Amino acid sequence: MTTAISETPTRPGTDVPYAARLDHVSKAFGRPGAAQQVLDDISIDVAPGEFVCLLGASGCGKSTLLNLVAGLDRSSAGTIETPGGRPALMFQEHALFPWLTAGRNIELALRMRGVARGERRERAEQLLELVRLKGAYGKRVHELSGGMRQRVAMARALAQDSNLLLMDEPFAALDAITRDVLHEELTHIWESTGVSVLFVTHNVREAVRLAQRVVLLSSRPGRIAREWQVDIPHPRRIEDADVAELSVQITEQLRGEIRRHGQH
Amino acid sequence: MASTDIKPTAEKPTNGKPAADKPDLAGLEAGLDALETRTAAKAPIGQILRTKALPPLLAIVLVLAAWQLAYHFQLKPHYLLPSPGDVIGSLHQDWLQGTLFGYIWTSVSRGALGFLASVAIGTPLGLLVARIPAVRAAIGPILSGLQSMPSVAWVPAAIIWFGLNDSTIYAVVLLGAVPSIANGLVAGIDQVPPLFLRAGRTIGATGINGVRHILLPAALPGYLAGLKQGWAFSWRSLMAAEIIATSPALGTGLGQLLENARTNADMPGVLAAIILILIVGIGIELLIFKPAERRVLRSRGLLTEAR
Repeated sequence: MTTAISETPTRPGTDVPYAARLDHVSKAFGRPGAAQQVLDDISIDVAPGEFVCLLGASGCGKSTLLNLVAGLDRSSAGTIETPGGRPALMFQEHALFPWLTAGRNIELALRMRGVARGERRERAEQLLELVRLKGAYGKRVHELSGGMRQRVAMARALAQDSNLLLMDEPFAALDAITRDVLHEELTHIWESTGVSVLFVTHNVREAVRLAQRVVLLSSRPGRIAREWQVDIPHPRRIEDADVAELSVQITEQLRGEIRRHGQH
Repeated sequence: MASTDIKPTAEKPTNGKPAADKPDLAGLEAGLDALETRTAAKAPIGQILRTKALPPLLAIVLVLAAWQLAYHFQLKPHYLLPSPGDVIGSLHQDWLQGTLFGYIWTSVSRGALGFLASVAIGTPLGLLVARIPAVRAAIGPILSGLQSMPSVAWVPAAIIWFGLNDSTIYAVVLLGAVPSIANGLVAGIDQVPPLFLRAGRTIGATGINGVRHILLPAALPGYLAGLKQGWAFSWRSLMAAEIIATSPALGTGLGQLLENARTNADMPGVLAAIILILIVGIGIELLIFKPAERRVLRSRGLLTEAR
């Protein structure tokens, strides 16, 4: 898998061999003694420029894991390193601010990162163009369709200029055709920017369509059950035969993980 | 690893494959965007007049007609129930004497000043109650309780504390309006979806930046509702204070105008003052708060055309 990186400016963290390192991470909720273990001993490295999908049924703690990496929550044990600074995070809901226009949403992220006032407008327009929403700068959030909102959210996440993009089922609420288009979009952005992606989903095909590596988590507590390297060359499509073939294999494993829970 | 620095036009085919499906994708995406974008057409002005302005006008005409009929058939003696014409005559007389706008201005300027002071006090107070649990536990219930307390009850106490002067009037206005404004802000902040706060934190809007760029704008609709109610409370507290605390030193506002007419058994004057109080209260809501609220709600897509 080659990733076309047209320029490699030196940034903090680029000399480190990983964009994120999770080392024996565990997370429990509730009081000590009566705590519920959600994540158990998770160790994952995301290499710079790598696209990793975390796959699992409900209750595997995938969203919790992303929150930990994003710094929105603290792990109970283990360490998480993101040498490139604060990762960008995209949610299942677009989470755009309705009191700002699409362009201003992006500019707020630029502003919080310290981009000078004079540059923000141009950068925001560039980012909108990158997600093919040229001309949406002045649009209000409610004037955009679901797919367009997620693309603006993607542009806002990219505005953080982080070398790690965390995505929490960002396309789960979209219809199949829109989702397909956004997969294409995301692949394109990943290839052209060289950003590392940690993508959480419960959709096996989506994981195989997008990722270089798929990590299957078991449920309650979430543990790493298995990993697959996805060597299918890009451009991939969700209906490709090799995507389907690997998906069948992974789905079988996922079903096994779910079945285990019915046995006690 | 550049992200925003890369111009989308500098697109390179990857893996040596030509990007064959790119134009296809762009077309598909453009089609989806066009299909799913809602366009709201503005209603023609004639329709707006017919549906928005006509009904209230009609209602006013009907009330006036009923009033005139009651006067005509002498449901009550004329000194108790003057005609609409008598009331207009009373207003006209004040107008000719050049005192009408003086009365209105005295009250409106007091109301506005009291309201602004209430905003200045109620806003930080609401922010403290909403964000600091100990403060909420300590004074939250009192603040809600104060909101349901009729501020006219403060007038006797205020007169004893401050005497018959402007301080009394402002004290009553503040006690009426500050709780509404603070509670409105608390309610607005409580209703902010946690997702916005998380999204704000991920883009680095924390601490004072989080309050300024995320929390306050997100709470604005609730805050505006609180301001609107705060104005209503300011105005009614002011009238209560003006009616009870009358003194030559205080000048003549609408409340004093009403009280003076009562002592003179001048029924047209009483009704004229009541109507002025009503008109000013409604007018300020319609001219200032309603448009502000509509603008905020519309820009966030929270206003359906039916409203």
